[in-house]
Amino acid sequence: MSAPVSVEQPQEEPVLTIFERGAPGRRAFQCPALDVPAVDPAELLGELRRVEPPRLPELSEPEIVRHYVRLSKRNFDLDSGFYPLGSCTMKHNPRLHERVAALPGHSRLHPLQDPERAQGALELMWNLQGALAEIAGLPHVCLQPSAGSHGELAGVLLTRAYHEDRGETRHRVLAPDTAHGTNPATVTMAGLQVVKLATNHDGGIDLDDLRAKADTDVACLMLTNPNTLGVFDPNIEEIARIVHGVGATLYYDGANLNAVMGISRPGDMGFDIVHFNLHKSFTQPHGGGGPGSGPIAVSERIAPYLPVPVIVRREEGGADGDANGAKPQPRFDLDYDRAKSIGRLRGFQGNYGCFVRSYAYICSLGAEGLRDASETAVLNANYLLARLREYDVGGGRTAGDLLPLAYGELCMHEFVLSGGPMKRELQIKTLDLAKRLLDFGYHPPTVYFPLLVEEALMVEPTETETKETLDSFAEAIAAILREAAADPEVARQAPYGTPVRRLDEVAAAKQPVIRQTLD
Amino acid sequence: MLAAIGVGSVQELFDRQIPESVRLRRALDLPAGLPEQEVYAHLRELAARNVSAEDELCFIGAGMYDHYVPALIDMLMERSEFLTPYTPYQPEISQGGLQVMFEYQTAISELTGLPVANASVYDGPSAVAAAAYLAKLHNGRARIVASAGLHPHTLQTLRTYAHGYGAEVIEVPLRDGCTDLDAWTDAVDAQTSAAIFAQPNFYGAVEDARVLSAAAKSQADPVVIAQVDPIVLGVLAAPGECGVDVAVGEGQPLGNRLDYGGPSFGFFAAREEYLRRMPGRIAGETRDVDGRRGFVLTLQTREQHIRREKATSNICTSQALNALGGVVYLAWLGRRGIVELGELLLARTHYARETLVGLEGVEQLHRGPVIREFALRLTGLDGEAPLDVAAIKRRCAERGVNPGADLHALTGREADRGGLLVALTERRDRADIDRLVEVLGDAVAAERGAQSVAHTPAGRSGQVVSV
Repeated sequence: MSAPVSVEQPQEEPVLTIFERGAPGRRAFQCPALDVPAVDPAELLGELRRVEPPRLPELSEPEIVRHYVRLSKRNFDLDSGFYPLGSCTMKHNPRLHERVAALPGHSRLHPLQDPERAQGALELMWNLQGALAEIAGLPHVCLQPSAGSHGELAGVLLTRAYHEDRGETRHRVLAPDTAHGTNPATVTMAGLQVVKLATNHDGGIDLDDLRAKADTDVACLMLTNPNTLGVFDPNIEEIARIVHGVGATLYYDGANLNAVMGISRPGDMGFDIVHFNLHKSFTQPHGGGGPGSGPIAVSERIAPYLPVPVIVRREEGGADGDANGAKPQPRFDLDYDRAKSIGRLRGFQGNYGCFVRSYAYICSLGAEGLRDASETAVLNANYLLARLREYDVGGGRTAGDLLPLAYGELCMHEFVLSGGPMKRELQIKTLDLAKRLLDFGYHPPTVYFPLLVEEALMVEPTETETKETLDSFAEAIAAILREAAADPEVARQAPYGTPVRRLDEVAAAKQPVIRQTLD
Repeated sequence: MLAAIGVGSVQELFDRQIPESVRLRRALDLPAGLPEQEVYAHLRELAARNVSAEDELCFIGAGMYDHYVPALIDMLMERSEFLTPYTPYQPEISQGGLQVMFEYQTAISELTGLPVANASVYDGPSAVAAAAYLAKLHNGRARIVASAGLHPHTLQTLRTYAHGYGAEVIEVPLRDGCTDLDAWTDAVDAQTSAAIFAQPNFYGAVEDARVLSAAAKSQADPVVIAQVDPIVLGVLAAPGECGVDVAVGEGQPLGNRLDYGGPSFGFFAAREEYLRRMPGRIAGETRDVDGRRGFVLTLQTREQHIRREKATSNICTSQALNALGGVVYLAWLGRRGIVELGELLLARTHYARETLVGLEGVEQLHRGPVIREFALRLTGLDGEAPLDVAAIKRRCAERGVNPGADLHALTGREADRGGLLVALTERRDRADIDRLVEVLGDAVAAERGAQSVAHTPAGRSGQVVSV
């Protein structure tokens, strides 16, 4: 049976915000009854009383649920499809983690509960610290920072404190031109100046440039390894020697730790300070942009300056147990009494809900599983790279000719392609390729980063994707390239099948409308 | 797969890229992995060794509060479509998340009475530190005047950040529970970049926000920043109406769990003139090529991935999922609900304070109006010497009551010895408050007794007792 020749097309539903729905008088919340003597707010607060209540929406619960469930369906997400967003490590988020984080003993625990009555939480944090220390190859961990960039801020402030404590004032921080934007932004916020280091033809740090710029005014070198080009810097030990030689510290941006867990440790490479992204390597769900968590690990010489509070473990009844021979029970506590600490970076102890999830992940995988995760991540990235290279896209060209690897032959857990040849030969830009991928049901890779690669495309498949997914994705890229060879306009106008098409970002920035106008 | 790559083994991939000297040639010293049900059992066992607000009558607040989180928030925050995407870099497939940000910004703008809000930052204390950085970028001055009524974690965080970006923090003391107006006015001068207070303040007192803002502005033109508890903004004048330039705060009371301190979100709202210096993500409305209404991340030229060392902040995380909880909570409360809830908190808080100060050895730390939290001073038989709050808390805990936060443990201020900070939420009804009165009363009486035994007559008269 075929459809009638002419069918009525339903009108597209208008996009309404929650403030444009509902009606006066509707409500979801039912306030508990007033069971104590009433207090007149006007009398008590006088002029500090609010006269006009905030114009919040007025809706019933079913309206609220329907509104947000419908909104959710206008989002692409990792549970629905492949998300090879480079530098973001979009690996599967096991649902167990949501279940354990929601246990009331974790989720309804007040952050100021007496440590004596929060022993489970403190032990969890202690264990997580221990695991992260082992993975980093550094002895001390602080879980407090709320995100990678927050960890970076902690790291640069720690570096400053370390130098100041030795009576030195150093002003400059070195960072390669491939660094994440957070590195230079953090350096500025920490009151220091960033100095760019050049990249050599292999994608690593230009050692001559480093030697020329490394002097006693340098506080720190910030480095990602493997770096944002997917290249593991083979000169890392020499880099560490040069940096330590002028008395500076070496900082590890852990965004790419997923390549080396159990395989190579930043501490063993010579790094003094490391930040982790629990939302990348350790499966804290990204939540559409947060929450994250950015613990740091440091060497002995940096440890005195760590933020407060620090978790401490005390053995009770002495190491040999009590008189009855019972095993000593360790007790955990929060230590605020740290004379050289840089202080606090935020309220309370950090994003504990993230700690629960990442700790559950580490418990699930164990030593072997973590190593296996990194091995598979690197295998998947290299496999996808190889598949892309071999695809015939017509005209005697392969996908690899049009999208060549920017540096090196192999890659670590991610790789950066240059869309330069594609742009010249097919007249489509990396942006067009990315937008066309949306029609194929994929989240595109990271685009236009790192900045020194022309028309960059940064692909990170992660270990939780199957060979079949990687094959399909490579096929989709090849199909788009073949299509563009025939008619570049298709990609240039893409996407077509998404809830909205290309949006006017210039207008949005020129005359910003960043809230709903209300009557 | 290896054949396609052209290597003989996975190890070869690493051997060819990582120098042997930095390879870890042993297994990580971590326990072996566990099956899912065993991980669950382990995490459950750890949870069971915490005493949560589920297990005791919780009157502790001091920055995070045991409010009821409606079930629809759990459901929405656990939806894959909100839980598992990254930052909405591809707006065509991220309209849901972007619109949530836009709605959230609208709700925060309405609550605070300020025209622009970002899509959230890490938490309350770091939001204050970020706001002070905005002030420094705005006027180039480097002295921050901060009320001692700010949460101690806020003051500590502010000092950490300010040391980094090169600003000095001057703390203005309190008088009778509120910011000392004379000291505040004296502290602000032409070098002051920001003047910061909390509303209500850490001790629960309602500050005269209008007077503080006006006093600061009359001295020079600092950026006036208020850290605000959002849950009371149905009954308390909006910061924007009180002369505040930037209002920030901890969003946890709005539909977020306690989670032992995080994750939650920090909200950040400001007057229009600060828009282009705001930190963090901002969603904006626009149109697509076919004229459809849509949303994008906007004003990105402020941000680190574009501006690098010239960015207005290094932050790239918004607490998007937690902010979703926040806006859904505000929609659930609704326009009338936020007023009703505020009035309920107000009434119960006053009932609790009045009843508690009727107890022997319990007095209020200040007389000013309070809304949802208040400070008490617990004193010994002489009516002067402070009681040991930790000991009182232990006595209450034995009877299933957490009576509040130990003020001195948090602030370290001498004047806060014997101080107890008691918080109310809609989950604590009159019977719960009466139970607190009974249990705290007994604990204070017992502790007074214990104190009087410890202070023997000989000791009190100052004689040296040799044993």
